[in-house]
Amino acid sequence: MASNGEISGLEALAIEPFDERLKCEVGLYPLKASAPSTLQVDLGSFCNLKCRHCHVSAGPDRTDKVMTRSTMESCLEAVAGNASISTIDITGGAPEMHPDFKWFVAEAVKVAKKVMVRTNLTLMNNKAACDDIGEFLAARKVELVASLPYYRREETDRMRGEGVFKAVMESMKYLNSIGYGMDGSGLKLNLVYNPTGAFMAPSQSAIEADFRRELTRREGVSFNNLFVITNMPIGRFFDFLVESDNLMPYMERLASAFNPDSVEGLMCRTTLSVASDGTLYDCDFNRVLGLKSLLPDSTTDATIESFDGDTLDGRDILTAQHCYGCTAGAGSSCAGETT
Amino acid sequence: MTESYYKPEDLLKFSSIGDDAPELWKKFNEWYGEVFKEGALTEREKALIALAVATAEQCPYCIDAFTKTCLEKGSNTEQMTEAIHVASAIKGGATLIHGVQMRNAAKKVEL
Repeated sequence: MASNGEISGLEALAIEPFDERLKCEVGLYPLKASAPSTLQVDLGSFCNLKCRHCHVSAGPDRTDKVMTRSTMESCLEAVAGNASISTIDITGGAPEMHPDFKWFVAEAVKVAKKVMVRTNLTLMNNKAACDDIGEFLAARKVELVASLPYYRREETDRMRGEGVFKAVMESMKYLNSIGYGMDGSGLKLNLVYNPTGAFMAPSQSAIEADFRRELTRREGVSFNNLFVITNMPIGRFFDFLVESDNLMPYMERLASAFNPDSVEGLMCRTTLSVASDGTLYDCDFNRVLGLKSLLPDSTTDATIESFDGDTLDGRDILTAQHCYGCTAGAGSSCAGETT
Repeated sequence: MTESYYKPEDLLKFSSIGDDAPELWKKFNEWYGEVFKEGALTEREKALIALAVATAEQCPYCIDAFTKTCLEKGSNTEQMTEAIHVASAIKGGATLIHGVQMRNAAKKVEL
């Protein structure tokens, strides 16, 4: 969780500075943001799981950062007042555990064309924990984006905890039964694949085909699309890399796979991340590292309360060594490959 | 003999084999690159074949490299283990079938 340790730990490695690669190989340094089209809202790091790859180090003990209703209202106002923002992307922790989750979703669908919720799925079929949450989200056509590291129990539980795969499959069956992930329903259930260790991801189309075939054959469950996301060398995954002596080889692998073509579609250029305290960041990863968005000619932090789309448009994006995670191979973002 | 005959850092010296035969090394690299591209077989299937051969040939460099490649192509350890069993079965079968040569040779000299 020590973001400074992560930044300095990555910088200390004998790996060419990311910014130099941007400058020399892409010609896009400093990286510039355009007007945000997606507002990614972090409701807090509280989660019922403690996944080993989690870049925000979420868990049941993370009650330190929870978004207030007042900050949520500022998010809604920012979206309502800025035509460029079409999507609200709700994340956490487990956002459905936030006491104001349903209120926020109900209000978000009124101001945004698209609302998506990033979920670990384990609570979607848990009536005791989350009541009728599936039906609630379905009625509002909310898109679900669910982390599932692999189509087998062994890999998934190793990464996310004993019993998680079974709970996720039960939730997927339930969500399928109310239309999620089913053709023609208009209810999207997308999955996210993260490599189950210190290696890069396969091609999105190839692993999506594997997931579809195997989840249908083994579990009888359906989904719409699968997004591939490279494990970012921060948070709990950074700790794993250090403890297992994989940090240097992993960073070498990412740096050697640097793909200039991936830069154009990087999510930080069109997505703005709102921390639970309302501070704005260029992406979810910078949020974890405490690298706040830079406002031109300003010494104050950019916050959702003082949101100004025009000021943020064209700002310099803060980049550092962890950015190799988004530019390796086919590129990586919260919506999968960037090329 | 505490030092390993196969040193991990030697893999980085692989290209030195081209020092006295640059054209052959260039051709090998081009051919090698083409071999592993997706064709009638997927890249994932080709990586599994490579891993099976690597274990059969007991090349430590190839085992390390293709274990990672298999994972990066989306394979799991169950599939990788099955691939190695295939290699092992062929090696075992190939050993055993040479027993026929033994039997032929014995038959020729036995009363």
